[in-house]
Amino acid sequence: MSDDLRKIIVDGEEVEVPNSFTLLQAAEAAGREIPRFCYHERLSVAGNCRMCLVELVGAPKPAASCAMQVRDMRGGPNGEPPAMNTLSPMVKKAREGVMEFLLINHPLDCPICDQGGECDLQDQSVTYGRTGSRFPENKRAVEDKEMGPIVKTEMTRCIQCTRCVRFITEVAGVPEIGMIGRGEDAEITTYLEQAVTSELSGNVIDLCPVGALTSKPYAFNARPWELKKTETIDVMDAVGSNIRVDNRGPAVLRILPRVHEGVNEEWISDKTRYAWEGLSKQRLDKPYVRENGKLRAASWGEALGVAAEKLSGDASKIGMIAGDLCSAEEMKAAKDLADALGVTSIDCRQDGAKIGGGARQEYLFNGTIAGIEEADAILIVGANPRTEAAIINARIRKTWLHNDTQVGVIGEPVDLTYDYEHVGTSAKDLAGLKKKRSGFIKILKDAKRPMIILGAGALTGEDGGAILRAAGDLAASVGAVSEDWNGFSVLHTAASRVAGLDLGFLPGEGGQDTTGMLSGGMDTVVLLGADEIDMAKLDGAFVIYVGSHGDAGAHRADLILPGAAWTEQDGIFANTEGRVQLAFRSVFPKGEAKENWAIFRALSDRLNKTLPYNNLVELRQKLFADTPVLGGIDHAPGAEGAAEFDAKSIGTDGEVGDTPLGSAVSNFYFTNPIARASEALAACAALNDAPAAVAAE
Amino acid sequence: MSVRRLAKEQPESFAFNKKSEAEIKFWLAKYPEAKKASAVIPMLWIAQKQEGWVSEPAIRDIATRLEMPYIRVYEVATFYTMFNLAPVGENLVQVCGTTPCMLRGAEDLISVCKKRIGKQHEISEDGKFTWVEVECMGACANAPMIQLANKDGDHYIEDLDAEKFEALLDDLAAGKKVKFGPHSERNASEPHGTEALTDPSLYDGSKAKPIKLPNTEKEEG
Ligand code: SF4
Ligand code: FES
Ligand code: FES
Repeated sequence: MSDDLRKIIVDGEEVEVPNSFTLLQAAEAAGREIPRFCYHERLSVAGNCRMCLVELVGAPKPAASCAMQVRDMRGGPNGEPPAMNTLSPMVKKAREGVMEFLLINHPLDCPICDQGGECDLQDQSVTYGRTGSRFPENKRAVEDKEMGPIVKTEMTRCIQCTRCVRFITEVAGVPEIGMIGRGEDAEITTYLEQAVTSELSGNVIDLCPVGALTSKPYAFNARPWELKKTETIDVMDAVGSNIRVDNRGPAVLRILPRVHEGVNEEWISDKTRYAWEGLSKQRLDKPYVRENGKLRAASWGEALGVAAEKLSGDASKIGMIAGDLCSAEEMKAAKDLADALGVTSIDCRQDGAKIGGGARQEYLFNGTIAGIEEADAILIVGANPRTEAAIINARIRKTWLHNDTQVGVIGEPVDLTYDYEHVGTSAKDLAGLKKKRSGFIKILKDAKRPMIILGAGALTGEDGGAILRAAGDLAASVGAVSEDWNGFSVLHTAASRVAGLDLGFLPGEGGQDTTGMLSGGMDTVVLLGADEIDMAKLDGAFVIYVGSHGDAGAHRADLILPGAAWTEQDGIFANTEGRVQLAFRSVFPKGEAKENWAIFRALSDRLNKTLPYNNLVELRQKLFADTPVLGGIDHAPGAEGAAEFDAKSIGTDGEVGDTPLGSAVSNFYFTNPIARASEALAACAALNDAPAAVAAE
Repeated sequence: MSVRRLAKEQPESFAFNKKSEAEIKFWLAKYPEAKKASAVIPMLWIAQKQEGWVSEPAIRDIATRLEMPYIRVYEVATFYTMFNLAPVGENLVQVCGTTPCMLRGAEDLISVCKKRIGKQHEISEDGKFTWVEVECMGACANAPMIQLANKDGDHYIEDLDAEKFEALLDDLAAGKKVKFGPHSERNASEPHGTEALTDPSLYDGSKAKPIKLPNTEKEEG
């Protein structure tokens, strides 16, 4: 049906809105606020709470504005435009009535409810409700349901809006929550009270308009008005979800999503949501030096002295590996120090992926996250987006659901919450695809905007360069790279990776890469928050660990220089699309820990190679001067420069292997030291390992 | 109605028997493959007819066959009170307790149930009966009434009173066949004991003449 504009009258004021608008949207377009509980922009319309009632002029009854479209409105008998009232006495009375009914069975336990202060029901009853209750009967009570380690339930408070049911079914794609029974006895539950098996399950906490679903780890911790809110960026994966970090004093108490249409819409993954629990555990808050095999607390002076001594040795035997959570500034400072010392063995790819060094398009998710919705065929190669970037997986599901996008997978045939064609398992299947005539290659070729999502995890093997070439070649041959569309998309798993590659944190002349450094022969290795490497391979080297958490790296380290976690310093991150975003400090570093860039600045002083910046602003100026792309805040390049991008000659020439392509992430909940320190995430991981044990009622 | 839950004790497994399979085939044939979830209510009913109740393994089995999430079938099974979520006795007595039946003596029937059978939803000691109170079954003209579900099918038994109902339960307990329909002189829902339509003014149109309503100016048609 056409989406013509239509003139309607809202509270006596004329507005023109598209026919497809709901009355609720039309009222909003006219600047009216319509109270609602069940309606949510990103979910299907349920129309079951009735809070959004408005008066249609000429109609005998009020109408639910969320469930009626403008095109269904009736005009007046003499051709007058249709009219609705949102402020009339009838509407006021209707809202009061609905509110009163809702409160009949809602406990008045706000003082002990975690939602208090940010509860839709509370707010709307103040604005639209009556003062008192006329209900002297007993209220109904509902047994609480078990939903897993993240979602705490208080089901007596549920108002049956079914937002949680719709989210889990539609967005998360794991239909496990439902409403059983009916009428007064309706109850929200998971099947036999099993835990929800979604990486996005925490979002139901935000969606629930009342305190029925609240956050278990945050339970009874704080009231919203006590918290300081910092709008920042997530680093748990390479999506760069926009988040808000809430802290009280030195403690980060929770993480909530912020809306960014281009990135995370308004969802975040459970790992993002509960990383904060890991921020207070396993922290490195003092410098340590290893003495007789044991770590001993030391002063900064002593520690920096030891480091300076070790770093003034033979530059060709010194290496630096940057981990997954580093900001661009700290990598810049580390790289500048390495350059000053003549150290060329530096690498930001602790996973050993054979990527970077060439054009920027070669390692970006050029299709962009929002662009997924424009793609009409998607081939996923060597990636499990569900665990590597749950938010991106939700986007793929969204487009699969609404746009009939065809999806193919080369790699493990895992459950991605949408149907796909399993095109192959190994890089050989990828390389051979081009020559095929029928099957998925035809879908890709026929597609107007094909997208090839290449998991960075597929590039870590010997043949990584050749796989990159094969993927680029395929992208070029199916027309995924054209003037205004670049569907060649690399899916990174580390928040720091793209910025690292941008500023060239890569081996220089005669330098070793991660694999090289790990094959022995190094005297000193600096680990900049790098914990995902095989520490045993560093045998013989003096290991300096700069980071925030006592994880694998710190256990191996001979010297620990305690740094800040990402919530404790300002930093720049570029997500997998190459979108540069700013993270802001919410709390101060723990104990004696310092901001990471400052550690390298201090170290440079000791080494008489003082870095040319005294504060973060100066550092950033140098960073932007040397790497201008990092200055384009919140800009995803997408198809820019696609015309000059020669996809078929990226990577290296060579034979690809036929070992199955796995995912870079085997355990969604445990990908970095912060996540590993979080109890909530550990509980989720334990559940994933043994789902059967929980299933037993 | 009260909160409905699955029975605590559940069988290990569930499988449809041959007779049920034939019925399922009939029902599935009615819906296009992509919409086969529409068969969920018939499938649950067939499972109940086979076992007497709907067990948890049955819910899973039906979900798998209809390619539905378990929770969706669970929702349907708990929504409709016609599905028994726990085993019932040989005879399931559903007593209507809604207003018309109540006014005509449903409460007496319920006290008989309590006395003879025991608690609602529970199987009587001899295993012969379970009773539940249900809402209006649309036979109000023959109130009070019950619906009896046993191996002979589902049938209405109407125009009862405490005495007749007790006698009925005795017969059922003894394994005798009982009469379905009204337990009065009526055949169906015609008026009790009177001859109907004896006054011609009821059908000669004279009652449809315009009348003058009090306090109105105009005559209404
Ligand atoms: S639990 Fe919350 S989100 Fe779910 S139906 Fe109840 S009120 Fe709505
Ligand atoms: S918001 Fe319209 S019925 Fe709930
Ligand atoms: S009230 Fe009993 S059948 Fe209608």
